[in-house]
Amino acid sequence: MKWLSDQVVDRLQATLQLPDLSGTRYRALRYLGRGGMGTIWLAEDTVLDRRVALKVLDAEDDSGELASRLLREARILARLEHPGIVPVHDAGTLADGRVFYCMKYVEGQRLDHAVRNISSLLERLRLLERIAEPLAFAHSKGILHRDLKPENIMIGSFGEVLVMDWGVAKIKGSRQTARVIGRPEITREGVESKAEGDPTLDPSSTSTTSSIHLPETEHGRVLGTPGYMSPEQTRGDSVDERTDVFSLGAILNFMLSATAAKEADSLPRAGRSRPIPRPLQAICAKAMAPDPASRYASIADLSADLARYLEGLPVTAYRENLVERAGRVFARHRVAIVLVTAYLLMRLLLILFSRR
Amino acid sequence: MADQAQGGSFPATRHSIVAAAQSNDPIERSRALEAIMAAYWKPVYKYIRRRWGVTTEDAQDLTQEFFARLLEKDFLDAYDPDKGRLRTFLRTCVDRLYWNQSRDAQRQKRSGGSAPLPLDFEEAERELTKVATPESIEDYFEKEWVRSLFSLALQRLRRQCESGGKAIHFALFERYDLAEEDASKPSYAQLAGEFGLPITDVTNYLAFARREFRRSVLDQLREMTANEEEFRREVQTLLGADSR
Repeated sequence: MKWLSDQVVDRLQATLQLPDLSGTRYRALRYLGRGGMGTIWLAEDTVLDRRVALKVLDAEDDSGELASRLLREARILARLEHPGIVPVHDAGTLADGRVFYCMKYVEGQRLDHAVRNISSLLERLRLLERIAEPLAFAHSKGILHRDLKPENIMIGSFGEVLVMDWGVAKIKGSRQTARVIGRPEITREGVESKAEGDPTLDPSSTSTTSSIHLPETEHGRVLGTPGYMSPEQTRGDSVDERTDVFSLGAILNFMLSATAAKEADSLPRAGRSRPIPRPLQAICAKAMAPDPASRYASIADLSADLARYLEGLPVTAYRENLVERAGRVFARHRVAIVLVTAYLLMRLLLILFSRR
Repeated sequence: MADQAQGGSFPATRHSIVAAAQSNDPIERSRALEAIMAAYWKPVYKYIRRRWGVTTEDAQDLTQEFFARLLEKDFLDAYDPDKGRLRTFLRTCVDRLYWNQSRDAQRQKRSGGSAPLPLDFEEAERELTKVATPESIEDYFEKEWVRSLFSLALQRLRRQCESGGKAIHFALFERYDLAEEDASKPSYAQLAGEFGLPITDVTNYLAFARREFRRSVLDQLREMTANEEEFRREVQTLLGADSR
């Protein structure tokens, strides 16, 4: 056998990485990103003449563990028909034995990137409300996401919000024990989980968080991302909707604390960080309470409190004092108060002048 | 190169050679260790030459010594797959052996005892001159390991194709995918003319050969890893599209 030059080795490696799409309707176009279980490719659906994203296992799976997990993710996505959840079109096994599924190709940015271009607090909060919608929908279908983080949320080019990566989702009522098997380990896959379920990422970008990815959710192993994972999930206890409430609270915290690029560029150093309003701090704190019983009972409750804040109403998570209440009422009815005050001042001036 | 150093004696199973090398069955153990040697001796030899800049003769002695110890002693018993990859362990052992040998000013050159292992150092030395000096010695070792892995997988693929009456599939693969320069790669139409085949057959045969090559690499990789977890990590490192 002849010696393999670097160029040939590189070419062979590239060949090995390509999914074997022979016999399918798809044609690989380019690599998009990767996740714990496999790689995501931009492909062309040659029948419908459209671009799609293919999530393909790295290798055929003798034990069937990863294949069943990937198919399980595809089935969960198929069950969750919602504008805020990426639709799955197809699933199957390639000629080389690897399991794949095909989903909509979403062009846009991950939330952790997109948020840098949103300097308005109100815009950020409205974005969070839209992230909450598909989650509330999934909960109504008995499905918990369990790995919510900014990297798993896509903001499409038309502003649409999509919650991605349902690979570790839990179906409520399914037989899933919640104990930790062995020592939770942050795997290499996790460290490089930048593009898990995210088909439009620049592969060169790096993730700031790491998923703890273990092969089977059914085995009750710890799955999720430190920093965004609820304490009960970290411990391996049983979880319910409130584990996603915690993660959404962590995302809110991230969105509140992340400095917008435009803001950072335009403001002097001393004025960069704006204080976070106390009601929002309280919403965050309640959503991220260590004890699930102290959290919002559901995503809808958290969302409702956010809506109250946006409408200038008192939030359930925070008891305001008299001054704060007056300030909030003033802010909410600012125009009316200014008009009435101006009117009264004019009347007063007219009375004073008429007496002269 | 001796046949045993080509990994030809080990059956094409999908069992872990690393686990077999730690077994109590001396025959299974010996065959497994020979397979490990087949995959690693060139990367180890070239690593010693690059890393330590020793003479050809000293690098050969050290390589012989290293693999002799691997074959003769309970060398791999100290390897714990939970703590790292096999090749990292082997590289660390090579470094340790080098340091121990260097410290021992009175060391005797390997002589007598067991016969020298049948390793083609001249071939390895020729290959060494074809690769530029790497920036990172760790990356260099990784690259050599991949080269060795692919070479063994290609040898296995060729044997399988020849024994299965599919020699033409391998010949097409060799002509197209193993072409040295991209510019020298023939088109499918040229291959069809050269081999007297319809273009659709060329496409299908190449797809088959690539699929089997992939399978062969994965088989090789599975054998060279201790457990499923390590195998998956290696697959992602080697075949994850962001691995390079």
